[in-house]
Amino acid sequence: MRSLFYLLTALAVIGLAFWAYRENYETQAAQAKAEELQRAISHERQRLRVLNAEWAYLNRPDRLRDLADINFDTLGLLPLQPYQFGKIDQVAFPPEDTSLPILSPVDVSNMEAKQ
Amino acid sequence: MIRTPLRPLARILEARAKGENPDAIERENIRIRHEQMRDRARLRAEGRLLVLGVMFFCAFGLIGARMGVLAHSEPSEPRTSIAGADIFAQRADIVDRKGRILATNFETHSLYAQPPQMIEPERAAEELVKIFPDLDRDRLLKDFTGKRKFLWVKKKLSPEQKQAVHDIGEPGLLFGPREMRLYPNGKLAAHVLGGASFGREGVHAAEVIGVAGIEKHFDDRLRDPAHGHKPLTLSLDLSVQAAVERVLHGGMTLMNAKGATAILMEVKTGEIISVASLPDFDPNDRPRPAVEGDASDSPLFNRAVQGVYELGSTFKIFAVAQALELGLINPSTIIDTKGPLRWGKHRIRDFRNYGPELSATEVIVKSSNIGTARIAQMIGTERQQVFLKDLGFFEPTPVEIVEASGGQPLLPPNWSELSTMTISYGHGLSTSPMHLAAAYATLANGGRKVTPTLLRQPAAQLGPRVMSEQSARASLSMLRKVVTEGTASFAEVPGYAIGGKTGTADKPRKNGGGYYEDKVIATFASVFPAHAPEYVLVVTLDEPVETSGDEPRRTAGWTAVPVAAEITRRVAPLLGLRPQIEPGELAGITLTAN
Repeated sequence: MRSLFYLLTALAVIGLAFWAYRENYETQAAQAKAEELQRAISHERQRLRVLNAEWAYLNRPDRLRDLADINFDTLGLLPLQPYQFGKIDQVAFPPEDTSLPILSPVDVSNMEAKQ
Repeated sequence: MIRTPLRPLARILEARAKGENPDAIERENIRIRHEQMRDRARLRAEGRLLVLGVMFFCAFGLIGARMGVLAHSEPSEPRTSIAGADIFAQRADIVDRKGRILATNFETHSLYAQPPQMIEPERAAEELVKIFPDLDRDRLLKDFTGKRKFLWVKKKLSPEQKQAVHDIGEPGLLFGPREMRLYPNGKLAAHVLGGASFGREGVHAAEVIGVAGIEKHFDDRLRDPAHGHKPLTLSLDLSVQAAVERVLHGGMTLMNAKGATAILMEVKTGEIISVASLPDFDPNDRPRPAVEGDASDSPLFNRAVQGVYELGSTFKIFAVAQALELGLINPSTIIDTKGPLRWGKHRIRDFRNYGPELSATEVIVKSSNIGTARIAQMIGTERQQVFLKDLGFFEPTPVEIVEASGGQPLLPPNWSELSTMTISYGHGLSTSPMHLAAAYATLANGGRKVTPTLLRQPAAQLGPRVMSEQSARASLSMLRKVVTEGTASFAEVPGYAIGGKTGTADKPRKNGGGYYEDKVIATFASVFPAHAPEYVLVVTLDEPVETSGDEPRRTAGWTAVPVAAEITRRVAPLLGLRPQIEPGELAGITLTAN
């Protein structure tokens, strides 16, 4: 009985040691993955910042103004003027339907059935 | 264990036979047994003490060793927590009111050299000079071949330059990562942003610190890692700022002025939508401060907050507003304007003779110095001081840039009655245009004090009341009349009902003796729309002269006013302000009894 107990204990120790070994390596793998993801995130953020900065640089008012001047032939852009504000009552109503109204509609779907 | 009996039969019998007391044997045995027990107990206790001592020693040893390890190890980021992912910039961005970037950070590299590791120092120096023409070849060669172990070559490299240096293939030339401050809009809002430079520098990183403007004022906030991902939102509007700078630059050139400033402020919140000061500079490449000559000629000089000048007739409205508030006059009270007004040996004159008397409204509309001085006499020195102090003319403006604290108004050392009279028309008290904008905003805000700010405000300010709403409204309608029938007729922009006051002040001579004949500061302070004020615009030109006529014209009505009108015309649509038809004056209804 006692030897069986010792045997079981020894087996349990071996089993737990194996489990701990595996957990250890899994944890390390997970940490390495997390680190890699962190690095990727910070890399992407850095890239996002660069792209934002570039977007801001390309959209700087000086450049847009120069581009509008260069492409005046095609775009015809000018600074916004006060008279360009419209009012809702300047918009015309949609034109009324000009085709003649049908006053006595005939139901065609039943005509064949009657014949 | 074999126990010795206390009364061994053999010895007892032997003792009895000898006639001895057998109890003595028992006592003797008990004594021996007790001694043995005591020895055992001592041994065990000593052993336990030893074990305990060893355990304590180990525990303290472990803690000590751990402390030593912690003290000597390189700090590393925690690997498992996500806390480290929040911080992704050394310095927070600065954005405008709509979130457009005004200042951001950029990854770049610095170049440093370690001469002991160099293989061909001569060739390295040659090649470096080819890449960076501004470097001195002989100097580099001396550094590379001398005793130096380390030197910085360039603080910032572009990616192309980095590749070119890399292609030299010299192992003694090394790169350090750097975060640099980038202002993508170039000169735009340069005086607000200020600039940044490197503080303490190491091979792996360098501090980025603000050197001027809002960068320096909020340096701690911008560098605080807790706010690292939250940009600082300013009240400026990028497109409005660009339009204002553009028009102001054009106006400055047309009017042959040597400097100009414009401040556009929202009335209810005190937010500064745009503030421009020309000439300006590029904060990406901030010039060095001038060591000689006049500081106000440097492009670094922020005229809007640092330029402390007498602002002339724009001050007249404050005297009239206070007199209205005190009930001394009403808009149609007749004021004696017979000139010249003598006070001791001083004479106060008008630009031209406006006749013997004018109504209070006409005093403002025609800008009569004599009339305003008479009104100031009614108010008196003490009340005038209190009123101007309430409007903020005694302190530097609380705008959030470091330069603002340099804009201390110049008050007369001895505030006599003559000072009261001259200050009423804007001479003898020097303030910055920002002070003037804040005071006009207070008038436009129905008499509640407005504090100018560069940060986006969530709601309207509710400042202390400086004057009643009626007085403020009456003053505004006078300002409107200045534009419709007075000195600022060029300011009429259809649909925007501008009300404002011109001011032309002679520049004081540098050596302190009187004023220049032909150098003026022309100012136009305006409010639009006058019937429902939303924005205040102050335009100041430094030494303008308008030469389209027969003789040069320097008054604000010919110089600052057209520029301000053009700015309003350009900017009001950008602010989403529709042109409105001005409500006509209501006929006064008088209750009459039968």
